[in-house]
Amino acid sequence: MPSIASSALLKHTREQALKMPEIVWADAELDEARGTSSLSSTTGRETRKMNTYQAIRDALSIALSTNDSAIVFGEDVAFGGVFRCTLGLAEEYGRERVFNTPLTEQGVVGFGIGYASMGSKLGNSTLGGRGMGGTAIAEVQFVDYIWPAFDQLLNEASKFRYRSGGQFNVGGLTVRCPTMAVGHGGLYHSQSPEGFFMGAGGLKVVIPRSPLQAKGLLLSSIRDPNPVVFMEPKVLYRSAVEQVPTSDYILPLGRAEILTTGSDLTVVTYGTSVYRCEQAIHLLTHPPEGTGIERTVRDALGDWRRSRKGQNTSSTPTIELIDLRTILPYDLPLVLRSLSKTHRLLIVHEGPTTGGVGMQIAGDVMSGFNTTSTTNESEEDVGRMRREAFLGLEAPVKVIGGWDTPGVALQYEKFYIPDEVRILDGLLEVLAY
Amino acid sequence: MLRRASSTLRPLINRISSLSTRSLGRLPNTQSPIVSKPHFFNSVTGDSNELIPAFRLIDGTGVPLDGAGLPELDEAFARKLYENMQLLPNLDNILYNVQRQGKISFYMTAQPPLPMTMSRPQGKTNACPGVAYALRRSPERSNSVAACFFGEGAASEGDFHAGLLLASTIPSPVVFIARNNGFAISTPSSEQYHGDGIASRGPGYGIDTIRVDGNDVLAVLAAVREARTRCVEQGRAVLVECMSYRVGHHSTSDDSFAYRARSEVEDRKRIDNPLARFRLFMETRGWWDAQAEEELKTRHRADVLKAFKRAETQSRWELGELFTDIYAGEEPWNIKEQRKELGRLLKKYGEDWEPWRRELQKYKNEGRDLIKE
Ligand SMILES: Cc1ncc(C[n+]2csc(CCOP(=O)(O)OP(=O)(O)O)c2C)c(N)n1
Ligand SMILES: [Mg+2]
Repeated sequence: MPSIASSALLKHTREQALKMPEIVWADAELDEARGTSSLSSTTGRETRKMNTYQAIRDALSIALSTNDSAIVFGEDVAFGGVFRCTLGLAEEYGRERVFNTPLTEQGVVGFGIGYASMGSKLGNSTLGGRGMGGTAIAEVQFVDYIWPAFDQLLNEASKFRYRSGGQFNVGGLTVRCPTMAVGHGGLYHSQSPEGFFMGAGGLKVVIPRSPLQAKGLLLSSIRDPNPVVFMEPKVLYRSAVEQVPTSDYILPLGRAEILTTGSDLTVVTYGTSVYRCEQAIHLLTHPPEGTGIERTVRDALGDWRRSRKGQNTSSTPTIELIDLRTILPYDLPLVLRSLSKTHRLLIVHEGPTTGGVGMQIAGDVMSGFNTTSTTNESEEDVGRMRREAFLGLEAPVKVIGGWDTPGVALQYEKFYIPDEVRILDGLLEVLAY
Repeated sequence: MLRRASSTLRPLINRISSLSTRSLGRLPNTQSPIVSKPHFFNSVTGDSNELIPAFRLIDGTGVPLDGAGLPELDEAFARKLYENMQLLPNLDNILYNVQRQGKISFYMTAQPPLPMTMSRPQGKTNACPGVAYALRRSPERSNSVAACFFGEGAASEGDFHAGLLLASTIPSPVVFIARNNGFAISTPSSEQYHGDGIASRGPGYGIDTIRVDGNDVLAVLAAVREARTRCVEQGRAVLVECMSYRVGHHSTSDDSFAYRARSEVEDRKRIDNPLARFRLFMETRGWWDAQAEEELKTRHRADVLKAFKRAETQSRWELGELFTDIYAGEEPWNIKEQRKELGRLLKKYGEDWEPWRRELQKYKNEGRDLIKE
């Protein structure tokens, strides 16, 4: 049974790390701009073993060293942060650029909005002349404490560009915050509130699954021309360890990633749940021997095979596992492309089910009349894909999320967070339908 | 500029200025005296070099300061105060170790043992005025006040400012009690605020305020008694800022020597120990001695261990409680559906899936209440 540490989804060797799909090397981009070519291939690049907090620290250090306007701030950030993501940065880059704030999240995010707004470009010049504003990297100590700043994020950050007709923006703002459950966090250190942000047009929301992903996605978020809320799954800070390229690179926002390809069922997830899905898929082929679970799996797969009679299928179903990575705006076309093969969909996350990301995706797949087909041949016809995805479904969509309780209660956490066996049950249910 | 106005405007201006010379004196929304020299200020004491004084009654050896008016206090009450104060370091020591052994997931240290409960950092400061307003409206509780405890870090939240503002503007009897222990996790109070502590904010909201030596239990007692009296009499909030120093780590997740020198903490402990101070005071009165101290420590230790053992062996409530107390009244369909879904899963996997089987044993009924449904 794979654990997070031994997960096959993590890049345990340098070669695997450097072959990360869609990785964009900063120096290669420079080369392209200059028409030169130095290190654009994978040769000559270094990787180092890092856990997630080290990878995040590495990204912050690159952001600070490549951009003079960048500042990093938040509660307890100067001594390294309660999760060690900013360790040593204050010493390295000085207290003017890496600093503690008073204990006020609305203050932290509001400050970031103001600083970022000073980087708005008006025509060719920066707002306010040669001001130093621009890249504000704020930390909210736990996502559970983002609510005092919700007003700043929704009523200021998300609307900044829109309400000024594109004249001003706070694209330089990134708000980092630890998220999800760890096993003992209780009501105020376990929340997964990304669902609340789904309607926040103008903001982006990103949740990485690993050190390599965290570094590339964080650098992307920092450089993206839109404000980004970057949620870091707490449990992965130490437990997920990967070979991470040491140089400057980004991974694209708005793009999901297929982690394992398959043709019988699409599983969409993100963050910590990625590993639980991997474990559940493992259980599908390796159920605990001699247990009722083994029989349950055998029976369900028998039903699945019978339902596929006449079709040329392998004896075990193959699962397409997708990591969403960017939650807002998320990669619906990729999900639809996958569904055109599998015709079955399971979505898994920790956050509450009602109003959550899973229900949003399920709704988007089903509401095919919401989009007009494109006549532009170079564009993907998402409208048609939506209708076909819905009409092609061979089973109802299943969403496995947290329950609709107001938070994750300490004593009940093991039965709140969708774990591998609950996900296994979902796999079987959707496959055998 | 009036004098340079064009001649067509002159008659109008003359009229306005003759009116205003008569009525000008006070400004419309304030009774501020008028001065003709610019006066910037940055102090609530009137003198910008002077800090808000701190109220103290006994010195480091428990001896009352000259002219100190001690609060009324008999032996029984003094002993009770001291015993409660002593309980906190005992709790800290035992539970800290218990957490280290993995028996509990997290513990937040209570030191220094001010005569006040632990503050739950954020949020409550906002709700207190409403609590107090309700008390004011309850005839049988018109003598009661709400007490709101918080740290100097929590006082940076917008909630705090909103709470103070409402408690004075919509007169509500709240005693706000700040424990200024110099740290919010790693952040020293020097990075938490630039003004004169938390106390300086009280007058900004029109609130009677006092700063107290928080390591002097008698000063805290006297100040809070007086605060309570004012609160009841005026029906408005009062703010008490207790100055102290956090000698412990913030919590079991924190190692404070990552951001402050061990020697700083040791020095502080040596210079001023609120327990020793009060104990010396009691000893000079013949209310306490070494034997009483020994007995108390033994008793506290036994009490804490006993309470812990009891808590440890208690099984959890039924697992079905996971879905209760979400709403009052009719339970919505989604909660019903989710409870059933968990029951179905438990029935199917509860015996065979080892992590669940082990976890289920911790609940009363071992999850059968959900399976049955
Ligand atoms: C809204 C919010 N933000 C951040 C935190 C994390 N946090 C918990 S305790 C604490 C420091 C509190 O300091 P202070 O108010 O001075 O209380 P003390 O622990 O010193 O008594 C912080 C930042 C929180 N609990 N709530
Ligand atoms: Mg404090």
